[in-house]
Formats: sequence, structure tokens, C-alpha cells
Amino acid sequence: MSVLVFADNSDGIFKKTAFEIVSFGKQVAEQAETSLVVVTINSNDVSALSTYGADKILTIQDAKLDSFNAKAYADCIHQAANKESADIVVVDSTNNGLYLAPILAVKLAAGYASNVVDYPSSMQPLTVKRKAFSSKGFSFTEIHTENKLLGLAKNSVGLTENHVDSVIEDFAPSLKDDDFKISSASIDKSTGVITIADADTVVSGGRGLKGPENWGMIEELAEVLGAATACSKPVSDLGWRPHSEHVGQTGKPVTSNLYIAIGISGAIQHLAGVNSSKVKVVINNDAEAPFFKAADYGIVGDAFEVVPQLINKLKEFKSTL
Amino acid sequence: MKILVCISHVPDTTSKINFSEDNTKFDSNGVQFVINPYDEFALTRAMWFKEKQGASVTVATVGGSNVEPTLRKALAIGADDAIRIDTEPTDGFLVAKQLSEVIKAEGFDLILTGKESIDYNGGMVPGMMAELLGFNFVNACIGLEVENNKATAIREIDGGKEVLTCDLPMIAAGQKGMVEEKDLRIPNMRGIMMARKKPLKVVAPADVSDSTSTAKYEKPVAKGACKMVDANNIDELIKLLHNEAKVI
Repeated sequence: MSVLVFADNSDGIFKKTAFEIVSFGKQVAEQAETSLVVVTINSNDVSALSTYGADKILTIQDAKLDSFNAKAYADCIHQAANKESADIVVVDSTNNGLYLAPILAVKLAAGYASNVVDYPSSMQPLTVKRKAFSSKGFSFTEIHTENKLLGLAKNSVGLTENHVDSVIEDFAPSLKDDDFKISSASIDKSTGVITIADADTVVSGGRGLKGPENWGMIEELAEVLGAATACSKPVSDLGWRPHSEHVGQTGKPVTSNLYIAIGISGAIQHLAGVNSSKVKVVINNDAEAPFFKAADYGIVGDAFEVVPQLINKLKEFKSTL
Repeated sequence: MKILVCISHVPDTTSKINFSEDNTKFDSNGVQFVINPYDEFALTRAMWFKEKQGASVTVATVGGSNVEPTLRKALAIGADDAIRIDTEPTDGFLVAKQLSEVIKAEGFDLILTGKESIDYNGGMVPGMMAELLGFNFVNACIGLEVENNKATAIREIDGGKEVLTCDLPMIAAGQKGMVEEKDLRIPNMRGIMMARKKPLKVVAPADVSDSTSTAKYEKPVAKGACKMVDANNIDELIKLLHNEAKVI
């Protein structure tokens, strides 16, 4: 018995998500009184995983896995789980994690709980708290199968340092042609841009900004804060901003530490998508906007006056740090 | 090309969510149910294949007779026929397994559905079906073309997109971008009239047991009052975010 975590990387480098899921896996392993095994695919340097409690690290190196392939990755993790007799497997909630997890669940014959936001509340039966109803509620899911698969929601438990001496071992799973029936023709990825999924801070604009030509100050505020830019559904429907920036119930979920909403009234669908953000700031000229009820800090005022001031004051503040 | 669109019957996006029976059941009292918004993108794309490439479009869902109005709505939008698998959709694996059995029995080339439902948000049914059936699978699909039994799909990745190619049969789990929001269809009167006469088949469920169950539900903790800051006192906001919230 062991707990197995898949720590994904981006171009060989681990992101915060990987350290969070290893921290989570270590805690689950302790609750299960067993050890934590972390499996990695084509990572440059795995030593950082020792900081978060990886008792054992399996490193897979295979050029065929350079570009992500959900089925092949699921196959690798499945074989690693078999090798380590893992009965609890944990994956992340990135686009890749969400893609491979259901495939892996079937391979493992595991009950799968996605969107897990906390450590297990019970080990017998394994019970986890999950986001449900697009963050308008939570469910406590019990898993009844022998093998269990958990998908950890991003920025839910944070990082916990737990230094261990990791045993590092190469692992060469046997890959099948069947794993590669889908081929990647091209990847179009913006470099140097902070994505909503990765951002600690998200700056978001709504219809109150009146038109796409006014997004300069949103982008500038985001730049000062090292934030990702986002928008409400009407703004993406109107084509002012790309769909990839739409946050809300049917858009991207926001799980950042800070969310700043500018000119967004706060429809229930929008709030559902962003209420997992830890701190919310609302700037709106309508004091009756429903978003103020869901926010931590609010300013009633004209965005075109408040935001430029905020940018200047933040620049001053940053220079004093 | 035979297309199956798998749809979920979910609370409307504006619904307030409440729980009953000591927080063990979703309280559907006063809740309006709709086709899962993610599935609407899939259904609309299927209609495009029907109109441009002569595909047939079947819709299917797992649920009791209470979900039939949602299937009728899909028929009114233009699907040819509907299948209801007569059991409660209590768990993602159960739903995937039930749908897979129907897909095996009926034979489809292309399965379109949403990447998740807006009620339980599991995001697992499409991928599980693909693995159960041995079909190719593309998740978070924001573009799909099919020519000569070959699919070209675009999927969203963190910070961009990836173009994938594969053979049919395949399953694509869609979201906004698979079609544009403005292209989503609302049933017209003629569609609604025709939908009444279209076949809706009820099939008995396969024998599958749940792998998970819900012990209870919880609502998010109510927020404390919002701290209001004067628009002329931005320094105060920065102080609060730095010292109190510790987020900058």
C-alpha cells in the first residue's frame, strides 16, 4: 500500500501546483500510515520534491512523452501505481490533469473524486470534500472501490514543507502503440503571459468598461500586480476579449489569492466562478451592485478615475517594498 | 456519420442551490432545469454536422422520467431521436458505463458532450466512456472538424491551444468555442411541435454499482460584510490588502 502522486511539469520545470499536490499527497499518506511515491515524466530536476515530502520519486524519461498525451500519461501513471501497489492516486486539476484523470480512473478501476478542496475527512471509507454546483456548494464524497483516485483543486490546501530524503528511481513503463492514436499537430501557447490558472492575482473587467478600447488600464493594473487578466461573460460574448479570459460558472474558475473585479455587477453565474478566490475586491460605480455582498473590499466609484489612481498608488507602494 | 450527444439535465445557471433531508439531498424545489450549458455547445456543433454533412443526431441522458422535458428540448432544437436510460445518475462512473452500453449497442461514430456538468462538475463521464469503449478522446474541445472519418480537434491548454488529429470513432468534450455563444439555438414553435412526434426511447439500465456516493452537502460559509473604502482613499485599500488580507 502507498499513496502515488503524479507531479506534472511545464517544459521540464515544476510549478506551484506540483508542490501543492505533493504536500497534499504526503498528508494523505500520513493519514493512511503509509509512504508517498511521486511519479514524474520528463522532469529536469526532481530534487525540489523532497522538500514537500516525496519519500520515493519515480522518474520517467521518454522522448515519446515530450508532448502531453492523455492516454499515454494515464498508462504511465497506471503502471507506476501497480508497481508501487498504490491504492490512492492523486492528480492535479490543470487542463492536462482533468484530461487524463477519467482515463486513469477506468484503468485503475478506481472511484474518482474530482475538485477535492481539503484533506480527507475520513479514511474509512475515504471521504473528501469537493466543489459542487459550480462552487455554489460542496459535497462530501465517499469512495467505495479498493483503488481511489483524487483530483486536487488548485490553490486549495497550499504548500507544506516536509523535508525527507527521497529515494530516486528510474522507471520505464512499457508504452503501447494504442496509447498514441491521437497525434498533436501543433501547439499555440503564449509565452511570458500569466494564465488565469497559474495566477496568484487576477484582474477582471466587465461591461462597465464600455468597450474593448478601454482595456489598457486593466492590462496595466495586471502588469503592476503580476496578475492575469480576465473578463465577465458578456464581455467575451461581445467579442471584446477572447473566450480564454471568460471567468464565471461556464468559463474558467478563479482560484487565485486576490481577484479584482472592475465594472462587473456580480451576476450569480459570475460569482459562482470566482468565489473560490480567497480575497475579492470590487470597484463599481453602482453601490447596489450585487458583487459588493460577495466581496471583501469595495470601492464605489468610476472605474475610469479609480483604476488609474490605483495603478499609480500601487507603483509607489511597490517601489517602497 | 452517426452522432450521439450526451446531455445532462441540470439546474439553470441562475438557480440558488439548497439542500434538504439534513443536507443529504439537492433540493430541487422551485428549481428550473435546463440542458447543461456545456452540452449545448456540443448539441449545436452536432446540428452543424447534420446540416452541412448529413449526419444523424441522437441525444441521450441517464435519468428518470422527470428529465424527458430536457430531451424534448434537444429534439426541438433539431436532434432526430432521443434515448433515456432509466436510472438515477448517482455517480460519474455509473453514468459513463450506462451510456457506453448504449453506444456499444447502437453504434455511433462521434460522441459529443460537454466537458462537465454545472451541477456535480465531475468532468469525468466523457473520458471514462472513451476508456471503456476504446474510443479516441479530446477534452476541453474548442473546435472540431470531421472529414473522411478523420477528426481535427482543438483543445484548450493552460495558456493556449493545441491541435489534435485522430480517427473516428471519437469522443469530444466541448466548451465555449466549440461553437460561439451567439450560435446556440433556441427551439422555435415548429421545432417544439415536431419534437412531440420524434422517437424517445426508454432503455433499461445495465447492472452497474456506484463507485462513489455523497454523504452530505454543505453551502459555502456566508461572507462577512464587505469593507467599503472611499474612492478618494486608495492608500487605505492598499494598506488593507497588504497588512490585513496579505495578498499584495
